[in-house]
Amino acid sequence: MTVLTIRDLNVVFSTEAGPLHALKDVNFEVPERRIVGIVGESGCGKSTLINAILGLLADNGGVTGGSITFEGQTDLVGLSPDKMRALRGERISTVFQDPMGALNPVLSIGRQMVNIQYRSGLSRAEKEARAAEMLELVRIPDARAALSRFPHQFSGGMKQRIAIAMALMMEPALLIADEPTTALDATLEVATIELLKDLQEKIGCSVLFISHHLGVIAELCDEVVVMYAGEVVERGDVRSIFNDPRHPYTRRLLECDPARQSSRTRNLPTIPGEIPDLRARPRGCVFRPRCDLAVDTCADPQAERDLGGGHQARCQKAQGLTNTMAELGAAT
Amino acid sequence: MLTYAAKRLGLSVVIVSVAMALLFCMIYLVPGDPASVALGPRATEAMKEALRVRMGLDQPIWVQFWNFYSDAWRGDFGVEVLSERPVIDVVFEQLPYTLALIAGGITWSVGLGIPLGCWAAVKRGSFADRLVGVLSVAVIAIPSFVVAIYALLIFAVSLRWLPAIGAGEPGDLGDQLVHLILPSLAVGLGWVGYIARMVRASMLEVLETSHIRTARAFGLPEGLITYRYALTIAILPTVTLLGVGVGQMLSSAVFAEIVFARPGIGRLVYDAILTRNFPVVTGAVLVTTVFFVLVNLIADLVIGALDPRVRSSF
Amino acid sequence: MSEAVSDPAPPVAPSGLWHQVRKVLREPLGAFGLGLVVLVVLGAVFADVLSQYEPAALSPRDRFLDPSTAHLLGTDQLGRDLFSRVLHGGRIALYVALVSTAISLALGIVLGLIAGYGPRWLDNLMILLFDALKSFPTVMLALALVTLTGPSLTAVMVVVILVNVPGYARIIRTQTIALKTSEFVTAAQSMGASSARILRVHVLPNVIGPLVILASMDIPVVIAIEAGMSFLGLGVRPPTPSWGSILNDGFANIRETPWIAIAGGLPIIITTLGFTFLGETLRDVFDPRLKGR
Repeated sequence: MTVLTIRDLNVVFSTEAGPLHALKDVNFEVPERRIVGIVGESGCGKSTLINAILGLLADNGGVTGGSITFEGQTDLVGLSPDKMRALRGERISTVFQDPMGALNPVLSIGRQMVNIQYRSGLSRAEKEARAAEMLELVRIPDARAALSRFPHQFSGGMKQRIAIAMALMMEPALLIADEPTTALDATLEVATIELLKDLQEKIGCSVLFISHHLGVIAELCDEVVVMYAGEVVERGDVRSIFNDPRHPYTRRLLECDPARQSSRTRNLPTIPGEIPDLRARPRGCVFRPRCDLAVDTCADPQAERDLGGGHQARCQKAQGLTNTMAELGAAT
Repeated sequence: MLTYAAKRLGLSVVIVSVAMALLFCMIYLVPGDPASVALGPRATEAMKEALRVRMGLDQPIWVQFWNFYSDAWRGDFGVEVLSERPVIDVVFEQLPYTLALIAGGITWSVGLGIPLGCWAAVKRGSFADRLVGVLSVAVIAIPSFVVAIYALLIFAVSLRWLPAIGAGEPGDLGDQLVHLILPSLAVGLGWVGYIARMVRASMLEVLETSHIRTARAFGLPEGLITYRYALTIAILPTVTLLGVGVGQMLSSAVFAEIVFARPGIGRLVYDAILTRNFPVVTGAVLVTTVFFVLVNLIADLVIGALDPRVRSSF
Repeated sequence: MSEAVSDPAPPVAPSGLWHQVRKVLREPLGAFGLGLVVLVVLGAVFADVLSQYEPAALSPRDRFLDPSTAHLLGTDQLGRDLFSRVLHGGRIALYVALVSTAISLALGIVLGLIAGYGPRWLDNLMILLFDALKSFPTVMLALALVTLTGPSLTAVMVVVILVNVPGYARIIRTQTIALKTSEFVTAAQSMGASSARILRVHVLPNVIGPLVILASMDIPVVIAIEAGMSFLGLGVRPPTPSWGSILNDGFANIRETPWIAIAGGLPIIITTLGFTFLGETLRDVFDPRLKGR
């Protein structure tokens, strides 16, 4: 069973300079008990995707087509605000990027964790006990006492662990993690990733993990969705994406990953050109203006090509691009 | 926190000292001799000279300043010309009435300003929001003495809903409160506007922060998010604003006390001017100035106590 | 994003005066404010034409008349025509507002430049003086001053200047300090420009715009100070008409003839609202950075 199924999702914002097509024909699934990573540069539509799932799009934005099916039955698109709110925090939880700002500065940790359980029907003491239990689970020392402290009294890594504890407290079916480790330094990042994986197995939830850090994605995720300029350009299991990428964008992205540089170099490779203006999308393939393999027919609408085993790429040359990354590296 | 409080207190003392020096300079520099001011036009030269000596005006300026300055810090502003009572006693006798008026003004401004500002922020862009915006600007613009006269005219003279004059029967708290309604409205109405505007702006800012987004992502009820998560942060700057506000309310109180014939500092100074009771004027001005500086000091410390972020940064 | 439907802005904004005025007029509040201000100014300028009565002419037989076609706002306790007194009162109010604001601005700029550009100790001293001056409640300061000098128009203007200058000077000082270290000022210094020239050519033009907008927003405050002091009998001397003294006449007779109080209060409300709405719009249109001040 899939926890989350997104079909042909389109999101448009109205701006002073005209409509902005932020998400275009997005398709992917999050299966039960799996960790799906979404990777892409900043501005690729990751945040819009999260907000669309949570029903928290800004006032000037809206879903213009497609569906977001949760647990096989509920379409989150067009769900009433009350019903949506009933899911948020209960069945779908979120950990945001900025641990410094994600917690309310004037309420104690305990107060905030008790408030999240407002639907549980537990007594105040039981809620506090549950909160302390969660803090212990994320290895906050002296969890009981920590409840009465305020966010600024914790370090960045601790705050992010507290945020994770809050998100998993209600044992949701889906955890959305929006670059939860980006603001942390490398050692903390590894520890937080391990903690997250641990808890995911313990609770048995699915995770939608958003990051631009390829190493973290490769380490943590079962499946990967590659996004570019509001579109899913390639998706599949983690091995296919990292070992056999078929979309030119994915290939360039992997090439540019500093961790993949085999030899020392002063100049990290970059992808020439810029992300297109989402108010004036290029016809056909969205990556065409920056793609060195582009041909005339790339200006025609591109369908997703099935490469077997759930591996899909939105490129007409996908079947032919079989050379491995090693060969690719040798060629450049 | 303690070092911060001590530093703030030190600065306040310096500011009050400079204010005293300014007042002294003003008395000294302004053409007009305090002795002749006190005695009036019919005084003879000999009477003036005698008073000058008594007031110490015959001594060199720095001696005069030092006397003025050290006496003022001891709360000695001289004696009232007519009754010969110490000025400080007369001032402190009237102070509670003015403080009650200012407390009433703060009650009006906070009681109306915070809900209005919060409402406007929640309904951002709506007609209600714009209406609150225009009304806020309007009540800020209209001078408090016009509000006082019109309030007197409408509610006391015309509709006869509320009493027009006095502070109410001594000992009868209910009567005193009823007598406080109109004057404190005149004192506080402008600040309803200031506070509504500020709460709206800071509320909009807070609603954009990521912890509010997190609270939404946890599906917390909108009411809890608005009032417990956002408003508690958005109203913090109100305390600082009110610190400044008390200074202006002291000014408005002068008018309110005269229009509604209430006792108080403003009334005291006004009568003192008419009777040329100069020590009373100096004393009252300095006491209100010290009071105003103290209120600002307290506002800063209260912010520290309310906001856990500020509390720990000291 | 509510203004998404507004008409497209021209590619290059023409900087003509008419264009600026149109920008203000496009805001309903700005147009309303400008209308009120124009009304008050016209009334003050053409006071003699609009009313045939001398503002100070006594007419004991016409005391406490209700409004009529002969006396649009009625007459006061001395039989003076209130409409005429209101129009002439506008002259005093606008005169005090313009003159004392101009003096405050000039003084504020000079003191601010000195504090910002001068040595550190002078800056600290001046800031301390400004803070001390601001720590007096306005009306208390006015009362103390008038006790010494006696009521007069000059006393009113001195109070206005004492109240306004610290604020203006502080703004100029902050801007000057920010500009002092900026590249183009450093460049001018390195080329041997004198301090006076740097201040005049490089610093002043950059700080004056926001200040003028702020000063225009202070005009209602100045008008309130004049009217307030005249109301207390500490400002304009009788029989010169001032809105404040009309209001005071009205207050004395409020139970018998509410007309006088209404006639004294209305022009104050109209003027302060007009200048405030106009000032707010000017600020939003020309300098959104100042919002919330």
